[in-house]
Amino acid sequence: MNIHEYQAKEIFRKHGIPIPPGEIAITAEEAESIAMSYGGTVVVKAQVHAGGRGKAGGVKLAKTPEEAKKVARDILKLKIKDLPVQKVLVTPAADIATEAYAGIIVDRASKKAVFMVSPAGGIDIEEVAAKTPDKILRHAVDPRYGLQGFEAMQLGFFLYKDVKQARAAAKILQQLYAAFVASGASLAEINPLVTTPTGEVIALDAKMVVDDNELDRLPEIAALRDESSEERSEVAAREANLTFIKLDGNVGCVVNGAGLAMATMDLVKYYGGEPANFLDIGGSSNPEKVVNALRIITSDPNVKAILFNIFGGITRTDDVANGIVTAIKENPLKVPLVIRLTGTNEEIALKILTENGLSAMTDMDEAVKKAVALATGSKVA
Amino acid sequence: MSIFVDKNTRLLVQGITGRDGSFHAKQMIEYGTQVVGGVTPGKGGQKFEEKVPIFNTVAEAVKQTGANATVIYVPPMFAADAMMEAADARIPFIVCITEGVPVLDMTRVYLYVREKGSRLLGPNCPGLISPGESKVGIIPGRICTPGPIGLVSRSGTLTYEVVYQMTRAKMGQTTCVGIGGDPINGTNFIDCLEAFEKDAKTTAVVMIGEIGGTDEQDAAKFVKEKMTKPVVGFIAGQTAPPGRRMGHAGAIISGSAGTAAEKMQAFEENGVGVAKRPIDVVDLLKRAMR
Repeated sequence: MNIHEYQAKEIFRKHGIPIPPGEIAITAEEAESIAMSYGGTVVVKAQVHAGGRGKAGGVKLAKTPEEAKKVARDILKLKIKDLPVQKVLVTPAADIATEAYAGIIVDRASKKAVFMVSPAGGIDIEEVAAKTPDKILRHAVDPRYGLQGFEAMQLGFFLYKDVKQARAAAKILQQLYAAFVASGASLAEINPLVTTPTGEVIALDAKMVVDDNELDRLPEIAALRDESSEERSEVAAREANLTFIKLDGNVGCVVNGAGLAMATMDLVKYYGGEPANFLDIGGSSNPEKVVNALRIITSDPNVKAILFNIFGGITRTDDVANGIVTAIKENPLKVPLVIRLTGTNEEIALKILTENGLSAMTDMDEAVKKAVALATGSKVA
Repeated sequence: MSIFVDKNTRLLVQGITGRDGSFHAKQMIEYGTQVVGGVTPGKGGQKFEEKVPIFNTVAEAVKQTGANATVIYVPPMFAADAMMEAADARIPFIVCITEGVPVLDMTRVYLYVREKGSRLLGPNCPGLISPGESKVGIIPGRICTPGPIGLVSRSGTLTYEVVYQMTRAKMGQTTCVGIGGDPINGTNFIDCLEAFEKDAKTTAVVMIGEIGGTDEQDAAKFVKEKMTKPVVGFIAGQTAPPGRRMGHAGAIISGSAGTAAEKMQAFEENGVGVAKRPIDVVDLLKRAMR
């Protein structure tokens, strides 16, 4: 789950990381009055779940409250990577002497949380990694001990020659690690971590991605979710416990398992169609999930045919069959349906389907070909 | 022959009284797996299906049954503890089916299990099956048939798909292993390839990967450098839009690292046959084994 910059900053502040004040505005007038209360130059920053906000015009300096109002109005009209900006963060502009990067991410290769720090901050860290890898220092954290003081100091000295600044950075890194663990994050980032002309080290930006698997035990973090900034069908799917990603094609896909779902989409494309979505109903699927899946898919007007591809393992295919039957009784389909179903309790599933006037195929390639043909209006090959 | 499990495997089921645990314990018993005990705290002393003894703790279960493997079906928030409990009881082979285990839990579990000297498969995996010998996990037994081919996969249901197509083409399997799609898992492609290379019965290997990470690329290099047996592969997610998550935490494309195209190229460059569709695995195998 993504959270906004202002939310991440609030978490970082709670862990002691020095961060300039800031307030959220949802109108240009609010931005103006916040700017007035701070006096002096402010930065107005779009709060959206997208990188590259600066390049998209979502981060602007304003010297006066009037200017803050004007830039806030512009930013609140923006769409950044298709996401409408609904909130801006207004924060006093800081005087910057140097810009560094500090981040922590769960690394697949070392199977640990890994710190990355670089004195070359402020820009895309992936670019730094590609062009000047010697400007990045990595440190894998042993989860049993956390980030020790001396380890934090090694990272601090990589960022700053001055011992006071190195110490300040080390403290921030330990606080960042604490925030990362306490929030169940898979990524936490400060970019830029700056020094001011008077030598202070402060965090000017904050980014955090939370591991979805943590949300059940961290209700206060789960409450930070901003559904207004997410695709509506994806929100509905999540509430129904489904993994759904909307795409632009016309073959609606309902599949169990992420790998098979991706392979099904690949096959739709292979046979000349375009998938309308990625939808994984997951394991242990009860009939209710299937009902919800069909509701979400049929709400997309682009969908011209629906393809079920179910290979039962932990998923019982009779559950899926019951779900299909219930869903169709509630809401008769306006587009053709192709069902491919095999595996656990397959005989019971087939019986349920035939008793209700439906049929199922057992071959994945044949089912995909048929769904593509129905969606595109061509003859079945 | 087979890898990791065979007819001598004596299995515990952690979470044997839960919805999924009880259902699949029955299926494993029906398949012929020696299920020697179950663990559910508070239900010690009872029997599952009137024959399998249930214990309160893994330690007690191991002591009473001499189990040498365990399979975990407990809810995600308890899975880390269950894996560590099994490792602490010195069970050499631990399979965790549970989906949704927090990744920070896994950073601790991974180290703990290694230090105790156990092998962990999963979490978020379908388990494994050595057809005709033992099934541990949730792979449907009847889609498999004994034979000379080893299979290792990051996916669950996509594994079934490929195995099903192989079985229909009369290409049997030594062992089918699902390593799971989570960012941190106990056993990776290379561990399985190494085991298949050593297994006398296995003559060729199928590797099913998906987008995200670099495990498939590393495995491809391993094939070229260390393996004498032919390996063919399939990568799911060829049409996945960049930057979007497709369910598995592991299936994140970040920048250029981990796209299907990149992985398929790594396969090609290292002599791993690349299947465009799951069904193509069968033809590639036939060609490779000629």
